[in-house]
Amino acid sequence: MQIQTGLEAGVEGTVLKAEVRDLDFHYGAFHALKRVSMPIYDRRVTALIGPSGCGKSTLLRCFNRMHDLYPGNRYSGGGIVFHPDNTNLLAPEVDPIEVRMRISMVFQKPNPFPKSIYENVAYSLRVRGMRNKNELDDRVESALKGAALWNEVSDRLKELGANLSGGQQQRLCIARALASDPEIILFDEPTSALDPIATASIEELVTELKEKVTILIVTHNMQQAARISDYTAYMYLGEMVEFGVTDQIFIKPTKKATEDYITGRFG
Amino acid sequence: MTASASLKLPVPTGVSDRLKRKLSRNLKERVIESILFAAAAFSVFVTIAIVWVLVKESWAFFEHVPVTDFLFDTQWTPLFDDAHYGIMVLLSGTLTSSGVALVVAIPLGTIIAIYLSEFAGFKLREIAKPFLELLGGVPTIVYGYFALTFLTPILQKIYPDLPGFNLLSAGLVMGVMIIPYVASLSEDAMRAVPMSLREGSYAMGATRLQTALWVVTPAATSGIASAYILGISRAVGETMILAVAAGMQPNLTFNPAEPGATITSYIVQVALGDLPHGSIGYQTIFAAGLTLLLMTLAFNLLGYWLRKRFREVY
Repeated sequence: MQIQTGLEAGVEGTVLKAEVRDLDFHYGAFHALKRVSMPIYDRRVTALIGPSGCGKSTLLRCFNRMHDLYPGNRYSGGGIVFHPDNTNLLAPEVDPIEVRMRISMVFQKPNPFPKSIYENVAYSLRVRGMRNKNELDDRVESALKGAALWNEVSDRLKELGANLSGGQQQRLCIARALASDPEIILFDEPTSALDPIATASIEELVTELKEKVTILIVTHNMQQAARISDYTAYMYLGEMVEFGVTDQIFIKPTKKATEDYITGRFG
Repeated sequence: MTASASLKLPVPTGVSDRLKRKLSRNLKERVIESILFAAAAFSVFVTIAIVWVLVKESWAFFEHVPVTDFLFDTQWTPLFDDAHYGIMVLLSGTLTSSGVALVVAIPLGTIIAIYLSEFAGFKLREIAKPFLELLGGVPTIVYGYFALTFLTPILQKIYPDLPGFNLLSAGLVMGVMIIPYVASLSEDAMRAVPMSLREGSYAMGATRLQTALWVVTPAATSGIASAYILGISRAVGETMILAVAAGMQPNLTFNPAEPGATITSYIVQVALGDLPHGSIGYQTIFAAGLTLLLMTLAFNLLGYWLRKRFREVY
């Protein structure tokens, strides 16, 4: 399979942050990812699209080793090379906890912990053993600012995170993911449980975040992929069908299958 | 439009056969409904009847013994010529033995619950949980003799002054008896915490222990509190272990290394003795029973309040 990278497509100033190389993945006997390869560019938004069950979430959850939590899951070939470490994230010697400290995640449904707003954001710092009150305060504030939530919650940091609206909860989860200064943030359909206004605010936020951090986003909303991503990967039945610059994928895809999906003839 | 035009037609009065109410189905429904109602009403009736008997007999008791004596007297000697009716004496035995039991059951039960819910693999959990629940199925008389003939001699090797009947040994064994209730219910509460919360924690780089202690346990607070309350109720109401191993001697003490009688073991003692019905001595057990009922009621209300206060909406 041929991969069209951003470099070939003529985008300049891009640096590789990670590369998926011939990745195979099994859920028990089910072959969920089949020799998937794609580049992830530093401080760009890369969208994974495709119909349900195509493996896009499975691929996303390989990046922070979420599959390690459940028995029967196997990284059965290839790997994900993380830069600048030039290390395969899926190697058995790699500590998944260290990976998750560098590659954070935002989930489909907002899942704030049953704690205060402050403690939700401070969580990823506390698990690293940070105890200094001033440092925690600063980091929590800058994470909440980064997630465009500070103005709404600065006077009620002690309230439960669950008392916020759905869109605010999701931004709280983004702040939580930001607090530890990750290098990549994974978004797993972050707006599928939100209304259009909250969705717009999350999309705007994602666009702002890419100045500092690399973003990989799974979405089943093609307009969303077109709006916010720099690169798009189309997957189908566990295979990478096409990867390219978003405009190119949406305007003149090279594969017939991609075109069929994007134009709504299929999927 | 057409709808309003049809409204002008007369409403038919006849009912076609296939839309008619079916007698047999209606009858069956009603019979089943009344059986269900009778079953529910029966349990309510029994509860009310028990409370009625307790209150009526206690009333007769309190006509002879002032409530202040009952609450504040420091002696419990209803069978002596110089009779005293200070419930504090029995209450101290109940509280001391329950306290010892809870010191065992709450930490161990919680740790077991955390281990089974967050650390143990599927297979281990499926094997360990039935065993744990079996622990709660052992007849309490067996626990009582276990305390008296096995645990007390061992404790006496450590503390030679320990009497053969004591609240400590009974309380410790009672704690073991309660562990399955605390562990099993706490584990259910922890497992009901949605996976998405755990994933959120792991994705932030948390370890299993951090996830268990900082996310899962707080999220399961209401269920864990209910488990504790049930454990307390079991401890307060437990009879046989204390009757066998704690000595049944009314003793105003909070020292577990002494023998003592609890409310429940006193009731057993009197109910099995040969006191005539209707005597004051006999009526003491109703007053004691009412005290016990009020205590467990208080714990149940506390549990209800805790469940409401800390209930998590996932």
